[in-house]
Amino acid sequence: MKRRTLLATVAAAATFAGAAFAEEDVTAGFIYIGTPGDGGWTYEHDQSRQKMEAHFDGKVKTIFQENVPESADAERAITQMAIAGADIIFTTSFGYMDPTLAVAAKFPNVKFEHATGYKQADNVSVYSARFYEGRAVQGHIAGHMTKTNKIGYIASFPIPEVIRGINSAYIHAKKVNPDVEFSVVWAYTWFDPAKEADAARALIENGADVVLQHTDSTAPQAAAKEAGNVITFGQASDMGDYAPMPRVSSIIDNWAPYYIQRVQDVIDGTWESKNTWDGIDTGMVEIGEISEAVPADVKASALAMVEAIRTGEYSPFTGPLNKQDGSAWLAEGETADLGTLAGMNFYVEGITGDVPN
Amino acid sequence: MDLSSISPILLVASIMVSATPILFAAIGELVVEKAGVLNLGVEGMMITGAVVGFAVGVNTDSPLVGFVAAAGAGAALSFVFALLTQYLLSNQVATGLGLTLAGLGLSALIGKPYEGVKSPTLPKLDLGPLSDIPALGTMFFRHDIMVYVAVLMVILVWAFLKFTRGGLILRAVGESHDSAHALGYKVVRVRMIAILFGGACAGLGGAYLSLVRVPQWTEGMTAGAGWIALAIVVFASWRPWRILIGAYLFGGVTVLQLNLQAAGAKVPVALLSASPYLITILVLVIISARGAHGAPASLGRSFHASS
Repeated sequence: MKRRTLLATVAAAATFAGAAFAEEDVTAGFIYIGTPGDGGWTYEHDQSRQKMEAHFDGKVKTIFQENVPESADAERAITQMAIAGADIIFTTSFGYMDPTLAVAAKFPNVKFEHATGYKQADNVSVYSARFYEGRAVQGHIAGHMTKTNKIGYIASFPIPEVIRGINSAYIHAKKVNPDVEFSVVWAYTWFDPAKEADAARALIENGADVVLQHTDSTAPQAAAKEAGNVITFGQASDMGDYAPMPRVSSIIDNWAPYYIQRVQDVIDGTWESKNTWDGIDTGMVEIGEISEAVPADVKASALAMVEAIRTGEYSPFTGPLNKQDGSAWLAEGETADLGTLAGMNFYVEGITGDVPN
Repeated sequence: MDLSSISPILLVASIMVSATPILFAAIGELVVEKAGVLNLGVEGMMITGAVVGFAVGVNTDSPLVGFVAAAGAGAALSFVFALLTQYLLSNQVATGLGLTLAGLGLSALIGKPYEGVKSPTLPKLDLGPLSDIPALGTMFFRHDIMVYVAVLMVILVWAFLKFTRGGLILRAVGESHDSAHALGYKVVRVRMIAILFGGACAGLGGAYLSLVRVPQWTEGMTAGAGWIALAIVVFASWRPWRILIGAYLFGGVTVLQLNLQAAGAKVPVALLSASPYLITILVLVIISARGAHGAPASLGRSFHASS
């Protein structure tokens, strides 16, 4: 009996402590793939985390863990954060998808937000940005500015998000410059500056004078700067340190409004699982300043494209478009449906090489 | 498949740069092992060199000062290893592994404020007429000074081991520390110096990564280069010239696989990415199958004058 009493007391105390805790404070946890010092992807998530914390002015505590590998370690890190009392946990890389779901099943009272994934659960939301809208603008500028007609692309993993980016950039480069060719290098990493720098150098040595990257660090920017007349685009963050050359524009991920909204939902008790995919229209995707290295007319047409995408007048995947094997995908004027985009696993016509599987 | 876009000249130039960090680390470790000590802490010393070199390079605005500091930091860390293994007779394998873990943690701690900072980088040397030779100039004579220092280091180590009395003593200590001791050589002192040299070299290799090749500081940026350096020492059968071949081979495969991808070669990307490691394993297997190892006889054995 004594033992049972003890257990009951402990349970009551825990409930009480939990309730008291919930009244004052919400804890939001963040799992990062790299470090905020990457100057790219994780940097923007961390900036948004800080903005969110500032917005709630002391009512919300945030915790984060850096450099969490997309492996069994991720599950451990997320579990630890849930045990540490986080009420909502943002897992900010594609590879955390299954670990997030696994942990979420064990902590039904904790809310989970997985970035760039597609698997939801009752307490797992997914959110992402339409980076491909920004890629369209980059492709447009790149197609105009390349002199060698070779555009290098440092890709990370062969997942739909990355493939959408390659396709979108290619379509818009090709539109303004029919001779353009893409070389894609798969780095198989989101964040490895040494490898990213080597990949950028390999592309430049193969004649590319534009390097697009879908990896997180600024190392390709440094490599392009060293090479001289090569242009790049900031990825995930402005990377403005490298403007006006080599960085001529950028895609900036602005997560802050979303983070503020979702944490507010937790505070209000109105949080529910949903799938968010926002783009230039809501400001989740921003186009960084187009530098003076870009000719004025190209800049003007690029900005016009941004505006058309923002108002919804133009969609980057608008037919006629064929798949790589020549089969028809979108008819004249038709736009891609969300399902196809979300699971995109093919190149559009004209891109050489295969999507690794 | 169109491989014509790969320029052999630029490829060779890239290989020289990408091989330099492992070349430094491997030639340092070769001297350590020739003296009969197995220091598995190369990775830890490299990354400590990388972060200290970067921090000092940024603060003094001089990459060369950064390199000197990196050598110092690598040597300082290896001094801990030397004390533990030579005076306190701790197990070399365990101590070396501990050194790697300590180095990784220490570097992450020191490096925190330097993430995302840009560093000054080494200028490419202008070797006058040599740099202007068509093809060869671009391949070999337009690099920064550390590329040549690394090659020079190999030559010096080779000459030292082969032609000098000091080299002979060092080899004697590595082959049979009891005989060397009986002849009146200071076994522990020789090994201490060799370990410090190895640490300094590993530090230089690490700094080359953070100050020249990337150039940036990121946690864990050596990404296993120290282990590759250790493998290359075995690959080279403890001979300096073969270190050069091993390092350039590994650097070559790393760079070549990215070039093949960029040129659109129809080879599975996963295979290309793994190729540097596959080739390292393959070569090690071939060497051990041949049976001729050439490992110093006292490698990894502790020495005490009383034994």
